[in-house]
Amino acid sequence: MINEQLIIAGFGGQGVMLMGQLLSFAATNKDINTLWFPSYGPETRGGTANCSVTISEESVNSPVISKPDSLIIMNKPSLAKFQDKLKKDGCLFINTSLVKDVPIRDGVNVYKIPANDIASKLGNPKVANMVMMGAYLAVTKVFSQEDIIEVLKEKFVGEKASLIGINQEALNEGAKAVTL
Amino acid sequence: MGKVLMKGNEAMALAAIKGGCDAFFGYPITPQNELPEYLSKHMQANGRVFVQSESEVAAINMVYGAAGAGARVLTSSSSPGIALKQEGITYIAGAELPAVIINVMRGGPGLGGIQPSQGDYKQITRGGGNGDYYLYSLAPESLQEAVDLIKESFEIADYYRNPVMIAVDGLIGQMMEPVDFDHEVKKWDLKPKDWVADGDRKSHPKNIINSLYLDPTDLENHNLKLKKKYDDMKANHQRYEMINMENAEIAIVAFGSTSRIARTAIQLLKEQGVNCGILRPITIYPFPEKAFKELPKEVKDLVVVEMNTGQMIDDVKIATMGTHNIHFYGRVGGIVPEAEEIVDAVLKARGESNE
Repeated sequence: MINEQLIIAGFGGQGVMLMGQLLSFAATNKDINTLWFPSYGPETRGGTANCSVTISEESVNSPVISKPDSLIIMNKPSLAKFQDKLKKDGCLFINTSLVKDVPIRDGVNVYKIPANDIASKLGNPKVANMVMMGAYLAVTKVFSQEDIIEVLKEKFVGEKASLIGINQEALNEGAKAVTL
Repeated sequence: MGKVLMKGNEAMALAAIKGGCDAFFGYPITPQNELPEYLSKHMQANGRVFVQSESEVAAINMVYGAAGAGARVLTSSSSPGIALKQEGITYIAGAELPAVIINVMRGGPGLGGIQPSQGDYKQITRGGGNGDYYLYSLAPESLQEAVDLIKESFEIADYYRNPVMIAVDGLIGQMMEPVDFDHEVKKWDLKPKDWVADGDRKSHPKNIINSLYLDPTDLENHNLKLKKKYDDMKANHQRYEMINMENAEIAIVAFGSTSRIARTAIQLLKEQGVNCGILRPITIYPFPEKAFKELPKEVKDLVVVEMNTGQMIDDVKIATMGTHNIHFYGRVGGIVPEAEEIVDAVLKARGESNE
């Protein structure tokens, strides 16, 4: 049974909010309860941004997550801010392209993914978030890559439809980064 | 139509359209901007009116005018903007016009902040403007409940010919949840609007919309007529939910998103062997005094939890008339309490009463 509480954190422009929303859309497609809640300052690009996502086959209560099961960290300040909240034995996904030389706490499962480097190699640095998503899905198996691609197909229509291919590649590369 | 994942502000906007809202007048303010933004795209497409006014004061007076002409009208804002609208709201209540007002509360006083708050509780439940009037005020805890109540609120406003306030906080406005827009909501027994001032002299005599009564006897009669509505709301339309109250030894009193966090807190308390209930007011005016009569005898302590400094405590004291120990836990400034904080507050209250 799915009962997942996740916090995704980074800076504005990294696609942090979108990642969370994709998971919530995938949950809704499967008629699973979900709640997405954003938190950001008045800044946009460059400011801190994070979102909480709950995916549960039971009813969703608190919109704020105090002890997440998983944490996706896209930049350095976010690691310091959130890593102590993570549940014991929780999953910590770190974008090591931007988070280097930072002490990481004990008692959690750490997955290091150089997401920006992988995305740049794919030819579009913007898909770093989807690389992280690929890693997250491969480890937690909350949803399959196909579930996420289905959402992208619903959202990316017209000109944007051409972006689905690179997003699929990013998901694959992210999965490889944690399984190989 | 199955469930749709939507942001709270957008879901509330669509709920208004589904509830038969004919016209929206508003002025932007964070954290409710997605609501008018959504309506700006969809009201005209549905053959309805959307106006972004030059100010909050203008918006509420447009609401006054359109409601007087018989339209189902909505305005939305957030705390400082709602404060600006109070003059218009008391005129609308005084003139006995239906209108729906959505307040997506943020921190105050003054301009405060842009993060979630429940700091307008007193303003909402005491009327807010001058004179003897109240707003039927609903405080949903989820997007589904917000959508259902907004759809019904236009019926309630028409039934009472009185403004209805939807009191939510920035959390509800900003969160996304799957929502079913086709839930059946209660239909109220509505009479034809024969009181409207719509320029039509053929189908009804000349009507005047006014809140000025210079003759004290006339005004007293008018005040007593209004009071009858509020008495009827209190007697017949208090709404609340009792959660996990069977076998409860202590209870939380919380409304809106705070009650949602309290739901997680009572699960954590259960793991520690503490059976805690939640009394959740759905109407904050009329305050659900009846709910307190239903509390199990074992519950002697009530922990009021709010995102303000304790504005609901007075209502809880009035409802309990000294029969219970009242404790309080609140966060302010836009900080949302975590479930663990509420757990600690309940344990502390329990410890104090066991001493």
